[in-house]
Amino acid sequence: MRKLIYALPALLFAGLAFYFVLALQPDYDPHALPSVMIDKEAPAFSLTGLNGAGISRDGFKGGPVVINFFASWCVPCREEHPLLMRLAEKEHIPLYGIDYKDTPEAARRLLGEFGNPFRAVGVDADGRAGLDFGVYGVPETYVLDGSGHIRKKFTGPLTARQVEQELLPILRQLSGGAS
Amino acid sequence: MRTLLLALAMLVGLGLPALAVDPYEQLADPVLEARARELSTGLRCLVCQNETIDESNAGLAHDIRTLLRERLVAGDSDAQAVKAIVDRYGEFVLLRPRLHPATLMLWFGPGLVLLLAAGGAMAWLRQHRREARPPIPLSDDERRSLQTLLEEKQS
Repeated sequence: MRKLIYALPALLFAGLAFYFVLALQPDYDPHALPSVMIDKEAPAFSLTGLNGAGISRDGFKGGPVVINFFASWCVPCREEHPLLMRLAEKEHIPLYGIDYKDTPEAARRLLGEFGNPFRAVGVDADGRAGLDFGVYGVPETYVLDGSGHIRKKFTGPLTARQVEQELLPILRQLSGGAS
Repeated sequence: MRTLLLALAMLVGLGLPALAVDPYEQLADPVLEARARELSTGLRCLVCQNETIDESNAGLAHDIRTLLRERLVAGDSDAQAVKAIVDRYGEFVLLRPRLHPATLMLWFGPGLVLLLAAGGAMAWLRQHRREARPPIPLSDDERRSLQTLLEEKQS
């Protein structure tokens, strides 16, 4: 019993050090919040298209889709852009964009300059769709299953590691198994 | 006198923090607006994370203020309006977290640490008191040798 008391500070330190090590992992973002929308039905939205057809929640029913909130004024979105291009071209994932609090002209310029990875882009000029999704910073990426429920959310620019370990597996699972 | 008072009022005004709520956001109905302001002070802006949406100039804080007012105008009760925001952003938006199993440590953790510390202090004090017992008086032998030692030193 007595020995245990002497070991206590060392044990406490070990516990603390464990959490510090966790927090030092490169993927850990102390400001990221767990989404309360996971496994809930995505909020209804219907947005006019940037080029041609618009997008809406009900239009996405049937197959899993990936929705990426982006904006031309958003610097991390540019960082993420090459990865999205690769996902669209190599992995052929059903990627849709929502242009958050932005003007169509600026968004067209961005996609013209860096390439357009999206099958369709909706314009959310006043950020209302973003507000309903609980977006608090762009870029944010949502995975919707065939019934229109949100299955996964990524806050901040996607990393190659997140794509390999989380995004692609969940998409495989959603399109393979029953959804 | 009047000018002096006015100047004083303006000086006091300078010391107050600038408000983030824009006039055009405010509701025409003063009762609803007062409720919206009251609720705003309990909601966290998720961009700045330690400011209320009432104080924050961030675009998101503006959006949430607007949403809150929309709900109030639509006839929501305070609880319903706050729920609309919690449903989107989670309980993290509440600056005063609710009491449920996941927040027990948050609410009672500090008290628990205080109790532990008090317990530790008490145990230490008790131990200390036991050690501070009055000294055992010298035996006759010891007294005699002390006497001889003292006499030797004096001579």
